[in-house]
Amino acid sequence: MTTTTTSETGGPAGSLARSLGLTDEDLVAMYRRLALARAIDERMWVLNRAGRVPFVISGQGHEGAQVGIVSNLRPGFDWLVPFYRSVAGVLTFGMSAREIMLAQYAKAPDPSSGGRQMPGHYGSAAHNILSTSSPVATQLLHAVGIGLAARIRRTGQVVVTALGEGASNQGDFHEGLNFAGLHHLPVVTVIENNGWAISVPAAKQAPIVDFAERAAGYGMPGVVVDGADVIGCWRVGHEAVERARRGEGPTLIEAKVTRLTAHSSDDQQTKYRTAEELERERLRDPLPCFREQLLEASVLTPEGVAAIATEIAAEVNDATEWAEQQPDPTVASATWYVYAEDRP
Amino acid sequence: MATRTFIEAIREGLREEMRRDASTIVLGEDVGVKGGVFLATDGLFAEFGEERVIDTPLTESLIVGASIGAAVNGLRPIAEIQFADFILPAFNQIVSEAARMRYRSNNAFGCPITIRAPFGGGVHGALYHSQSMEAFFTHVPGLKVVVPSTPYDAKGLLRSAIRDEDPVLFFEHKKMYRSVRGDVPDGEYTVPLGQAAVTRAGSQVTVIAYGLMAHYALAAADRVDEDGISVEVIDIRTLRPLDRRTILDSVRKTGKCLVVYEDNKFGGYGAEIAAIVAEEAFDYLDGPVMRAAGPDVPGVPYNHVLEDWFMLDPERIAEAIRTLAAY
Repeated sequence: MTTTTTSETGGPAGSLARSLGLTDEDLVAMYRRLALARAIDERMWVLNRAGRVPFVISGQGHEGAQVGIVSNLRPGFDWLVPFYRSVAGVLTFGMSAREIMLAQYAKAPDPSSGGRQMPGHYGSAAHNILSTSSPVATQLLHAVGIGLAARIRRTGQVVVTALGEGASNQGDFHEGLNFAGLHHLPVVTVIENNGWAISVPAAKQAPIVDFAERAAGYGMPGVVVDGADVIGCWRVGHEAVERARRGEGPTLIEAKVTRLTAHSSDDQQTKYRTAEELERERLRDPLPCFREQLLEASVLTPEGVAAIATEIAAEVNDATEWAEQQPDPTVASATWYVYAEDRP
Repeated sequence: MATRTFIEAIREGLREEMRRDASTIVLGEDVGVKGGVFLATDGLFAEFGEERVIDTPLTESLIVGASIGAAVNGLRPIAEIQFADFILPAFNQIVSEAARMRYRSNNAFGCPITIRAPFGGGVHGALYHSQSMEAFFTHVPGLKVVVPSTPYDAKGLLRSAIRDEDPVLFFEHKKMYRSVRGDVPDGEYTVPLGQAAVTRAGSQVTVIAYGLMAHYALAAADRVDEDGISVEVIDIRTLRPLDRRTILDSVRKTGKCLVVYEDNKFGGYGAEIAAIVAEEAFDYLDGPVMRAAGPDVPGVPYNHVLEDWFMLDPERIAEAIRTLAAY
């Protein structure tokens, strides 16, 4: 049941998007989210290299798949169960640049964890974005449970969860997909396959090239999509979310993305990736791909691109400066909320 | 007031909570049509249907992980791990996820799930159907751990566990399922988590136990009573959070403390109680804090000679009491 969605958006993006029901405004909004996610992410690295924040884990190269797929969810109603590269995903689902930066600085008002977790472990009760941990693939089972509750409570909610191809080797991935397929749960699982589990290439992780093939064992469609093709990602995401919404069950999407940065700020990827590969991977960057597409289709103009860039720079500057000024958590608060307790 | 076996009380507790709260579900292996391998969930499938009583695949991590997700999205799952010995595939979900959900999200998310699991030896269950698993979990802040020893407590504590806003591990000693009977009131009642019970008043030695050992401790107290040793027995009932006050009040009165647990002695849960007593009641002690516990082998062996060697019994506990009383 694995199907491959090739990039059909080489032609005018505008006409294809319109045939899918996307307006120019939708496309520009998606572009803006992608560009914002990238700008925030780049700022995180600057702050890290300047010694202002101890740690960064990055989503650069993954943003096209995240924006394209998550844009199909209903914010504040559906659920997103992210992983530590889901910067663009959580922005698309309602978190703000300021909230991302609060996590980066680990400040007291940080909605993800109040400064308790490393940056990148996003969560927001206000936006139905479940808290993230560091062990990989555990979140698959939480997404399945959320889907199970949506089914039992008849809420009509759909869950999107994401993980890397490395995480898809964990048992929780397989236990979760098996159960979701068995019960036709409204769960869309996205493998963001960037080809690397820190330093181990995909070819050393699994005996298959397309991880979406794993869907066949779990009675659900498996779809491969080019993660640099944002409209293509939107389309497969739309089909999967609508299928789940109709009660027809889960879908496994594998987005072939690229990891434009090291695994994290503590990783030196030139030890295991060649300069040639890194240069080549730049061609798979979803941001310029999407921009060129929208320019070619006259959905965006060069002036429009520049105006968006200016707005985003201001937004990132504001988020950075504002977050840095927020208070650290107090030592007294370190013992709060081990268990439920009432606090003002 | 009616007399119930231990497992009947648990079954009634489950059924009544499921009737009371439509957001409760039961999930686990064989919990549906079969009603569980010990019949703890017998009849629930017929009454509440397959949507609320879910036979899962053989996937312990999924049983707990999906419970976490379902709890986040408005349900109150009651998961059954068929034998506590098989809980280890779910260890990561319990320790990394359930226990930390509230703390790591700074109270944005909670995890109101109950995980029931039969534990304990003396039933010819050998290495993989006899283990005491509580120490792995009592170590973890964010978890609550309950080990009832009477039908009354089992039902009342189970209700409290299900209604609790945090993850609770509920360990049921399987040897007690049908061998222990007791009075259970007809109406709705709860037993709060975190409160120990003094099950026998005495003046010379405090014996602290839980689960099957709470019964053996009472039997041992009867035996040494004939020797003129007055024993106070405490059934701690909830291992985390621990009722320190009841323990310390008793030890400060008797001056002697024996901790009894079925698990391997080294690093077992009772070691923590011994440490607390040593730290906080040292000035009152009139002898060493002692432990009577299982031997340090990797599991309960099957052959009856070997299993009898492993298991504590009232006479061994009585012997430990006599030794301590002689100080």
